[in-house]
Amino acid sequence: MSLLSSYRVIYSTFIVGLLGAIYPLPIFLNAFRPDWLVLIIFYWVLALPHRVSIVHAFILGLLLDLLLGSTLGTHALLFSLLAYVVSMNYQRFRYFTIVQTTLLVGLFVLITKLALYWLASSLQEIVLHKHYFWSIFTSMLIWPWFFFFMRYLRQRFKVT
Amino acid sequence: MIAFSVILFLADSQLNLFASSRVYLNSLVSPIQYIADAPQKLSRVISDNLLTREALKDRNQELEKENLFLKADRLLLTQLENENKQLRELLNSQRSFSNKRMIAEVMSLRSDPFTHQLLINKGASDGVYVGQPVINEEGVVGQISQVGSTTSRVLLIVDASHGIPVRVQRNDIAAVVHGSGAWNKLNIPFVQSNADLKEGDLLVTSGLGGRFPAGYPVATISHFNYQQGALYAQVTATPVALLDRSRYLLLLWNDHQFSESDLSLDLESEDVTAE
Repeated sequence: MSLLSSYRVIYSTFIVGLLGAIYPLPIFLNAFRPDWLVLIIFYWVLALPHRVSIVHAFILGLLLDLLLGSTLGTHALLFSLLAYVVSMNYQRFRYFTIVQTTLLVGLFVLITKLALYWLASSLQEIVLHKHYFWSIFTSMLIWPWFFFFMRYLRQRFKVT
Repeated sequence: MIAFSVILFLADSQLNLFASSRVYLNSLVSPIQYIADAPQKLSRVISDNLLTREALKDRNQELEKENLFLKADRLLLTQLENENKQLRELLNSQRSFSNKRMIAEVMSLRSDPFTHQLLINKGASDGVYVGQPVINEEGVVGQISQVGSTTSRVLLIVDASHGIPVRVQRNDIAAVVHGSGAWNKLNIPFVQSNADLKEGDLLVTSGLGGRFPAGYPVATISHFNYQQGALYAQVTATPVALLDRSRYLLLLWNDHQFSESDLSLDLESEDVTAE
């Protein structure tokens, strides 16, 4: 399939991910919102490292910063670091079983959350709510289904 | 790329380089925000349209009653206003009331988890400016911290970086209320331990600093505690307005708007680091 339509599919998943990241949820569910963008970046860099680069992750992070109203560059920095790590090791990660990648996703989300907390607390005094880390578990729970769904999408639209 | 984002992070947090371009950047992403808000708005519209005739009649009656009471109060208000004006003329002190107001709707989207912000559906094209006071029908909510062309962000008074000058309504003691970072708690630092404050006292805006107009309720004191020999008392307060539950907010325009250079000075004196 042509390059253009591949990118069309990839970019539409990006936009859906951004919508999912800010979509209004009831307060008690809000803490359980999976980190869609971490999952999406992880999947695409793993599957097509020659298509989705660090630049994409950077721009996605920047957009998320603007959407959330956080300091510019916090998510951009973390997402480009994530894309960097994955693109360095994608050959190894591809041979992982689904359980191993799930654990890996949990680790990535944990590191992202810790780094976000650290960056934010370096700027101003903040209060850490105890629900803050719940989304790690929902992200891990959702990852296997997400992975198979994305693989279906990729094969269905022949994204290469 | 990573070095670039570090530079970006530092440039925005420390040097505030993007203050002017943020309007455009925020407008860039506002379509996504409107799309994400659309389903909820749609469901609100539908539920508004699906009311029965009975319910509407009841509601109308209720509102008419309320309107009658409010109008009766207003009769008194004009008289009091005149009296107040006369007294102020006697004292030779002028006081300006802000006139222009605008209703804004809250877009209940997720914001940065470490700050307390709300997104509203009015922006620079409606004349919203950074530092503008925002209230609802109960009291002060916060101030505008970022502006896009059709959306803007309200920094709530409970955010840890927010401070607002107040006075106690009962005896005019001046203080500054700081946000604590929790949804329903405010701190009041640097209160003398022998100050005449009681639990339940109402704090209203003092108008010092020139950003918030004077006289709007902000919080009630929930806890007053001092240790023997300590210099300052520990005082906490709860906001009067239900910050996480309001759907409509009111934007106020100060009568005497500051010029750009004044605004930056004002930021420092008021101890507000709204980025």
